[in-house]
Amino acid sequence: MKGIAVSTTVNGDAVEFVCDARETLLDVLRNHLGLTGAKEGCGTGDCGACSVLLDGQLVCSCLVLGAEVEGREIETVEGMADGDRLHPLQKRFLEHAALQCGVCTPGFLVAAKALLERNSNPSESEIRYALAGNLCRCTGYDKIVHAVHAAAGDLRRQQKARKKRKAAG
Amino acid sequence: MLKDMMTRFELYRPTALADAYELIDQFGAGAWLMAGGQDSLDWFKDRAKQPRAVIELSQIEGMTGVRETADGVEIGALTTLAEIEENALVRERYGLLVSAASHVASPQIRNVGTIGGNLCQDTRCWYYRAGLSCYRAGGNICYADSPEGMNREHCLFGASRCVAVSPSDTAPALVALDASMVVSSRKGERVVRAERFFVGPDVDIQRMTALQPGEILTAIRIPSAFSSANFYFEKVAERKTWDFALVSVAAALRIESGTIRDARIVCGGVECRPRRMRDAEDAIRGREQNAETAGAAARRSAGGARPLRYNEYKIPLVENLVTRAVRDA
Repeated sequence: MKGIAVSTTVNGDAVEFVCDARETLLDVLRNHLGLTGAKEGCGTGDCGACSVLLDGQLVCSCLVLGAEVEGREIETVEGMADGDRLHPLQKRFLEHAALQCGVCTPGFLVAAKALLERNSNPSESEIRYALAGNLCRCTGYDKIVHAVHAAAGDLRRQQKARKKRKAAG
Repeated sequence: MLKDMMTRFELYRPTALADAYELIDQFGAGAWLMAGGQDSLDWFKDRAKQPRAVIELSQIEGMTGVRETADGVEIGALTTLAEIEENALVRERYGLLVSAASHVASPQIRNVGTIGGNLCQDTRCWYYRAGLSCYRAGGNICYADSPEGMNREHCLFGASRCVAVSPSDTAPALVALDASMVVSSRKGERVVRAERFFVGPDVDIQRMTALQPGEILTAIRIPSAFSSANFYFEKVAERKTWDFALVSVAAALRIESGTIRDARIVCGGVECRPRRMRDAEDAIRGREQNAETAGAAARRSAGGARPLRYNEYKIPLVENLVTRAVRDA
């Protein structure tokens, strides 16, 4: 079997791997790179559990071939926390009990991150529109929406504090 | 059924159209053109399609983005649906297409799925997609139109052995805008009106577009005729997201001081191609835009419909959507 050599960036690190033409980005992340945060729910793009960012865009990694990520930047849920310090979205998901079984959570976190990078103060309907490609079969969506809303506030406050320190410094 | 077990294929990522034509020649019927892959991989995982060579088009230069032309805009076929949703020029002039694009599948899929892929995707008929040997797949039966066939999502119009419907949300919008498709091949370029680009089973039962082997849809041109007109788009589906239309309507109306000067009304989900509601259009030209006119359009929108066993509900759905389109555009 002829392998395809791919160079890419995953969570800021340069990564190289060899994959088969048929392997999806999700297969590569989980089976070659040991990043098992992204999950396979459906394999057809319905559930969003495999969501990652590709060049900053939210995508279903089960519907992208591994060979297609040559030269591109991938961010997964594993890149969200800073060492032991959880990302505000992760903290708020815990606080709001926005997960039960957790299979959908990595996808929701990445999708919410993609939203907050574009829109720091989304309305409830904007949050629901941005998370429409992610399914949760345990908690329902209200707790998730509340967690994203709260994390958006945290991020805005962080941003403000950073600006203040800069102005003072 | 086995999921996520694609059969073996060679992957090619040509950087020029000429190389893509070469590959199509080389692999013939074993070649599969991929423009985003959001539906392609589903086919491969189901093993309902087993191409020998997948020709992934994203590396070909000059096939993305929106350009202003002397008469409207030209959209590269590999422009993603999300890019179309966010493009300032398209938003300003062709809100109908923005609305249609924003109703496709999910944010994830709109970020990767392209307008060309959305227009050229194959039907959702579940018998055909399950890999059964129906007429469309080269066999000699239509399972959906058999006595026990489940056909609530199938067609009202234009059945010819096959009763499948066109699944695209953007196709009705582009027909309503009188767009044209730029089709390229080794022989050069031909331009096909959107209305003729989508074909029914009477024309070709194994294809849903006028694309011939060796041809690639490279761009979509939208003329200025309906630029910034009054638009209406609505899609009725069982779920609000990641679902296909049971029936959709896309309408472009030119209204001058309350009077409808010109109109194009197109429904999705009722025929193997987007269906222009010509009788309804004729009934409202020159009339005032109001509830009465909308009713007149509705009464002329389902004439000739031939419902199957389980899809008669689509007739009032069409009538109600056309009513809203004419009244609220």
